[in-house]
Amino acid sequence: MSEFIEYSLLGILSGGVTALIALSFVLIYKGTGVVNFAVGEVMMLGAYFYYAATVMFGLPPVVALALGLIGIAVLAVAFERIVLRPLSGQPPVAVLMATIGMASIIHGGVEAVWGGDTYSPPPLLPRTPLIFNDILIPGAVLGNFAVAAVLIAGFFAFFRFTSVGIALRATASDPVTAATLGIDINSALRLTWVLSAVVGTVAGVLIASSAGLSPLLAAAAMSVFAAIILGGLDSIVGAIVASLLIGWVEALAAGYLGGKSRDIVPFVVVLVILIFRPYGIFGSRTIERL
Amino acid sequence: MSLRAEVEVPAVLQEPTQGLALAVEGVDLRFGGIRALRGVSFSAEPGKITAVIGPNGAGKTSVFNAISGFYRPAAGRITLGGEDITSMPIHARAKRGIARTFQNIALFHGLSVLENIKLGGHHTMRAGLLSAMVYSRSTRDEEVALRAEVERKVIDFLEIDHIRHLPVGVLPYGMQKRVELARALAMQPQVLLLDEPVAGMNREETEDMARFILDVQEEWGVTVLLVEHDMGMVMDISSKVVVLNFGEVIASGTPDVVRRHPEVIRAYLGTEGADPA
Repeated sequence: MSEFIEYSLLGILSGGVTALIALSFVLIYKGTGVVNFAVGEVMMLGAYFYYAATVMFGLPPVVALALGLIGIAVLAVAFERIVLRPLSGQPPVAVLMATIGMASIIHGGVEAVWGGDTYSPPPLLPRTPLIFNDILIPGAVLGNFAVAAVLIAGFFAFFRFTSVGIALRATASDPVTAATLGIDINSALRLTWVLSAVVGTVAGVLIASSAGLSPLLAAAAMSVFAAIILGGLDSIVGAIVASLLIGWVEALAAGYLGGKSRDIVPFVVVLVILIFRPYGIFGSRTIERL
Repeated sequence: MSLRAEVEVPAVLQEPTQGLALAVEGVDLRFGGIRALRGVSFSAEPGKITAVIGPNGAGKTSVFNAISGFYRPAAGRITLGGEDITSMPIHARAKRGIARTFQNIALFHGLSVLENIKLGGHHTMRAGLLSAMVYSRSTRDEEVALRAEVERKVIDFLEIDHIRHLPVGVLPYGMQKRVELARALAMQPQVLLLDEPVAGMNREETEDMARFILDVQEEWGVTVLLVEHDMGMVMDISSKVVVLNFGEVIASGTPDVVRRHPEVIRAYLGTEGADPA
């Protein structure tokens, strides 16, 4: 029984970072209608910025994180302005292809600069584990979850209570009407891309500083797809709940069925759930063909 | 966006103004080979109610959409208080004081009545993006102040206090129309564009809405321009009526003048001598 509790706690806690990645996807999908395939690469690039700032320039981890976030935010603004805005009014698949292109460019760029080796950036958070009775929760897992939880709570407050957050929700649901109320749609889109990139970068740095950094980090975002599809592409709450659920299922699968099964079992679970709820647990009942 | 507002003093705190004049001068609008508007000219006097009427397809909503900035005229210009706004982006026109409602209500269904109305006041906020993101004291104070003002003036005015925390989706149609008007008023507009404000309403709702529009004009001094099918209501509340047919202005003047204009009678009834009102 204590084994089950330990696996469950580990799984749900590690679902926190997954939820951040999912949030990065869903923000863009809700705000702009784009399925962003570059989330994993943005996350990875942000983590490499963090690595460069800490290891290569010797900066403290918190400063390095701040610099990484600023760097990624600048890139997000540039991407929105240079690549995406000329594509506005084009079919969604054109924008989707642009994000895939962006992903390849980042991937190639990172490999050209840093190669394919695995690095260990310094930890962002203290690593004191939590132990009660015979259950041990590693400090990194706990810390990552705490950061994710705080950030996600902050996002909820932002969208619920601030006028900018409400303006972003309004823009997401009806941009033309939002414009007639004096909301600058281009700024809203730019802010959406920045927020998404920043959230992704935090997730990337958390993963890299606890599990190591290599270009494979980008693939973490692909497994998040299971969570997003399960939660419903346009539901932030759904993405978070599904992320925790997937984390839990992964940990149970790894614990009881062996490490290899953790990559397969979540997708089987998603497939089964989608048979009964094809629009996801929380998603709106419209299906978009991709 | 209004993420960083240009307005120094929240307009909501200012005294009611006389509204600004809105002028449409020789506007041509084409969709492919179709000329939706041909040299349309008229003006809405400051602080007065002007109505645009005409049969279906006459170009009424096209005029509105050109004024809002959804369409760019092929020729002609649109001025607000003498300033040329013909090629200004939509959100910038809103900041200059143009507010509108839509024929098919365009409220944000995921948001509550109050959130919808607060969005109307959004462009009067001074808070910059950064201060709003960290939710600083000045942002909070400003939001509280804005909210109090909005509540006091708009919500009380339109008698929607009891529903302000409800999601707009659950409200009956007439009430949604009223909330949309409240949101437009929360913008503290100089010019209020109302696209068929009483379409689909029963007699009682129509009378309520007509009363609200008159009160808005009298107490807030806003310039009102409305498009409407309900001839009785138009003739009752407007000080000036502009009649469009096939994209052209065929008559304009006081309701009494327009009512007797032979071109108007022909356009509406296809016969001479009948009274369209």
